Amino acid sequence: MIINMNARKWREIKQQIGFMAVQLAAVIIFIILGILLYFIFSRGITVISWDFLTKMPEKGMTAGGIFPAILGSFYLTIGAILFALPLGILAAIYMTEYATQGKIIRIIRIGISNLASVPSIVFGLFGLALFVNYLKFGVSILSGSLTLGIMILPVIIRSSEEALLLVPNGFREASLALGATKWQTIYKIVLPNAIGGIITGAILGVGRVAGETAPILFTAATFYIRKLPNSIFSEVMALPYHIYALMTEGSHPKEQKAIAYGASLVLIIMVLGINLLAIFIRNHYRRKKKW
Amino acid sequence: MTRLERNERLIKIALFVIACSAVSILAVITIFIFSEGTPIMFKYGLRSFLLGLDWYPSEQSFGLLPMIIGSVMVTFGSLLVGVPFGLACAIFLTEFSSRRLRHILKPIIELLAGIPSVVYGFIGVVILVPFIRETLGGPGLSVLAASIILGIMILPTIISISIDSLQAVPRSYREGSIALGATKWQTTKMVILPAAKSGIIASIILGMGRAIGETMAVIMIAGNAINIPRSVLDPVRTLTSNIALEMGYASGEHRQALFATGVILFIIIMILNTIANATSVKGKAAK
Repeated sequence: MIINMNARKWREIKQQIGFMAVQLAAVIIFIILGILLYFIFSRGITVISWDFLTKMPEKGMTAGGIFPAILGSFYLTIGAILFALPLGILAAIYMTEYATQGKIIRIIRIGISNLASVPSIVFGLFGLALFVNYLKFGVSILSGSLTLGIMILPVIIRSSEEALLLVPNGFREASLALGATKWQTIYKIVLPNAIGGIITGAILGVGRVAGETAPILFTAATFYIRKLPNSIFSEVMALPYHIYALMTEGSHPKEQKAIAYGASLVLIIMVLGINLLAIFIRNHYRRKKKW
Repeated sequence: MTRLERNERLIKIALFVIACSAVSILAVITIFIFSEGTPIMFKYGLRSFLLGLDWYPSEQSFGLLPMIIGSVMVTFGSLLVGVPFGLACAIFLTEFSSRRLRHILKPIIELLAGIPSVVYGFIGVVILVPFIRETLGGPGLSVLAASIILGIMILPTIISISIDSLQAVPRSYREGSIALGATKWQTTKMVILPAAKSGIIASIILGMGRAIGETMAVIMIAGNAINIPRSVLDPVRTLTSNIALEMGYASGEHRQALFATGVILFIIIMILNTIANATSVKGKAAK
């Protein structure tokens, strides 16, 4: 009986230890995240001002603002989405609504999901070889946008597909039974019901593009430009690349570090803001869901 | 054929063409990287490429072994940091926390995944690297610094996929175990974890893929010296950094050798993905 009691107690103690260990791990993770964000916010906020956001850099990157970098990131992101979103959604529509689900579609899906995990620097390499050198677009907004667009294409195809597959088949059947054609059904029934998921996927893609550095390293980005870009064939400054360059180039590490804090804060606010928007939209459409 | 029918057919053909072009772009990437990278590998021999110790592009010496070892070291280092913490956090969130807490904390972890890699690199440079330099010695830019930062970066991948697979374990397993008199911890350890094993392994492999492919954070904090490190405090260069550092000015065979580096990365990722897919498919079949 005593042995039994001891065994039970021991089990309880083990349970307590185990529980505390996993709890501690979770707490440590959130503390690290907190420290990370605290550092960037507390140091970055002292740097950020209206001038910082809207002025050109001055004195060889040691003073002034980061406006061209923000603008450049904006151009690159818009370009990438303009390219990837229509292509991705239409491809997803074909694959879910028209293609007969067989071996070929399965192979294509595996290919797409593999490409989603190819390292971003490999996309950069590809962009350099194809757009910059072979097609002679040069180091430009166009080359960078296309490279980034291709990088998020798998993400957009996959999330659009998931959103389309979530629409119940009964919706399609009811529409067809009422005499609508296939395209009418897709356009008026399937797409409106899948739009929440598609938008969420697209916005998450935007968040990813805005923060990427490796793909634009050789295809679009430059440390410094005198004038704002005036065509899609101009080089641009970009926010993530600017942070990287501030920390690895130039000769005034102290002043550059301060600017890098400010630029990091701006980038984090942009990217987290975009992701929050995606979460918000997802929840909004989930509540509106009719089935 | 009516106008409506003709439109329907046109739309179908147009969509088919678009889908094909989207997919073929993705195929073109593979072909491009391989066609630029493989000739030089065969010219100098796979052996000297994969096992050569010297990387002097100007003297036609393209040994990638130090970079391969560098990538392997920081990747395993990141797993040592990321897997215990990530798995423990996933267990805490699925088995021991209240529903409400989980609903608050899970989106925060998703946000962690959204922080750009260059910001992690920046944090590494301004906080972690000086800290390691002052407390442990060495240059600070090191295998250790890169492993810790990468470990943090792969947390969201490990946590969210592990949570999914833990939650996929049927409720009846838990109930059966508790009914037999097991404590909650025993249930987790002996019933839930084994049942979720394949998903957890898949999450670790995907985390590994993310760590190997990461470029910007590693380039900023790993030091990038081409040598085989003797301790975790030595600097190291990875395959990804090798491409990023030198592609800007490379030409001729040097350029091809960097594409070959990309080919090796590409193959490693494909292998990891195939393993991850196979384990999760096997896990699903087992249920």
